[in-house]
Amino acid sequence: MDSAHSHRRLTQLLSRGSLTRFIIVRLAATGLLLLVLSFVVFALLHLTPGDPARNLVGVRNVTPELLQSIRDKYHLNDPFMSQYLHWLGNVLHGDFGESIRNNTTVTTLLSDRVMLTLQLSSLSFALTVIVAVPLGIAAAWRTGSALDRSMSAASIVGIGAPTYAVGLLLLYVFGLWFNIFPVYGSGDGGFDRWWHLVLPAITLASGLAAMVFKLTRTAVVAELNQDYVAFAQSRGLTHRQIRSLVLRNAMIPVATSLGLVFAFLFGGTILVEVTFALQGIGSLLAGSVTFKDLPVVQAITLLTATVIALTALAVDILYYAVDPRVRKRGAQ
Amino acid sequence: MKLRMTRKPVIPFVTGIPLAIIAIFVVASRWIVPNATRQDIMTGVTSPGTAGHLFGTDQLGRDIGQLAIAGAGSAVLGPIVIALGSMMIGILLGTFAGYIGGWLDLLLSKYADLLLALPTTLVALVVTGLVDGGYWVTVLVLIMLFSPTDIRMVRGSVIAQTGRPYIESAKVLGLGRLRIMFRHILPNVLPVAFSTMLLNVAFALVSMSALSFLGLGVGPGVPDWGRQLSDSRDLLDRNWGSLVLPAMLIIITAAAINLLGDWLQERYEEGSVQR
Repeated sequence: MDSAHSHRRLTQLLSRGSLTRFIIVRLAATGLLLLVLSFVVFALLHLTPGDPARNLVGVRNVTPELLQSIRDKYHLNDPFMSQYLHWLGNVLHGDFGESIRNNTTVTTLLSDRVMLTLQLSSLSFALTVIVAVPLGIAAAWRTGSALDRSMSAASIVGIGAPTYAVGLLLLYVFGLWFNIFPVYGSGDGGFDRWWHLVLPAITLASGLAAMVFKLTRTAVVAELNQDYVAFAQSRGLTHRQIRSLVLRNAMIPVATSLGLVFAFLFGGTILVEVTFALQGIGSLLAGSVTFKDLPVVQAITLLTATVIALTALAVDILYYAVDPRVRKRGAQ
Repeated sequence: MKLRMTRKPVIPFVTGIPLAIIAIFVVASRWIVPNATRQDIMTGVTSPGTAGHLFGTDQLGRDIGQLAIAGAGSAVLGPIVIALGSMMIGILLGTFAGYIGGWLDLLLSKYADLLLALPTTLVALVVTGLVDGGYWVTVLVLIMLFSPTDIRMVRGSVIAQTGRPYIESAKVLGLGRLRIMFRHILPNVLPVAFSTMLLNVAFALVSMSALSFLGLGVGPGVPDWGRQLSDSRDLLDRNWGSLVLPAMLIIITAAAINLLGDWLQERYEEGSVQR
């Protein structure tokens, strides 16, 4: 009786279109994606030309004893799959091994750097949202107006403009020419840190704002073309009432894609951090790749993938929970 | 729907002029600037406007303007190959996925999901950096990274065509699947594919020069806009030309190709709506 009840409850929960089923399916898919990615990331060690043990030694003096101890430590003489499982087990405990370039564990190295990347991403994300969303709405409201056309053209240029070129130009004009902002470095924490992040954040935001502008504009235009808007107009609803209706609906796709934008921002800071010589995750990755510091490269790649995958998961679930139309579509 | 303004061919004209100039640089740079990489250590860094050097020189005494003209080739050729290669993969796999569907469709969309799960710059940096890839390895990696979006795009437009009456009648006539896919559906997909390809060229140009900015891709000493930019960071205070010229060239080229591709896409979409 009791088991029959719980069974029915379970089937109900897992029936097509239910939120729980959706969450479980998406969780499983995300887990699988990360598992595959972790495998690829681990394989990087063996795809890199040269003996993995020598690659892990780096520039230290290579003695047979050292090579042997590295092989033992990373289980390099074991079969490939068992090496992978060892590595994965350590990774799941937060242990990515030791950096070759710096004599510290990868985890310490990352925890020193992650804050800056997070601050940089947040600042440029905030800038993007504050500038691009209102402009996108305004442009959609008057398609074909001078504002719409100039902003649309600017967004095409902005999407195409390379971050590092824009960054260097800004650096030259505001850093060297007008001498308003600091040119290089991360600052001494507190306000100085944020002051150092202004130019990099503007640089990152310029490309992103173009994308978000386009996205917002498309969403609002699509919503304005819906039948209910024409109906509301013919019913004599005020401009303000219609606007609040349209915006509420249009902001669902905008808000959900903003989540993804933030996640990608986290991985997209490489160029800006290198351009402005900021000590974050991105510049660490660029340096580690050139130096073949594999444990660090593996850690950052996997970390970024995890952040992106988890954000995508959260966004999907939110979307599903917020918008009844998606739920209905899923049920069909 | 008030985009009628784009009907006037302003955009092809405005974007055509810079693109034509770049094309001339690509084809004829070896005759225009035969000595672009000649070093002159004695001269060293000079600022723009120095006699004989409109944009000044870099640490090795190379003329910035001549280097930039010579760098047009590596800036543009790789991206064109990337866009062509990834669109060929996209057309082949996307058509099969869209028309035949089933497990192939599922497999391909999972593959696309996997590749789209990471930022392009990150994957390209890690892969080309670790295998010590040169220019063409970078091109190959970027083809791989660009193909998922092309597969998706082609798949989408093939599916949109599949429901149309002319496909139904082709089926009734008993035409084979391959013939329907590549003789009947493909010509209707090509216009969108072409404009997408243009947008990809611009995107690839930015990605390639980003990689050479990070020190990957082209070898040392090879004229390249991204490398020029990365070199310019050390001479910002002495020669602003070394920064401004390659930066503007990359921005203008990418923007012109983007604007043209966007214009073509819009035109095509309007045309298909009216049909």
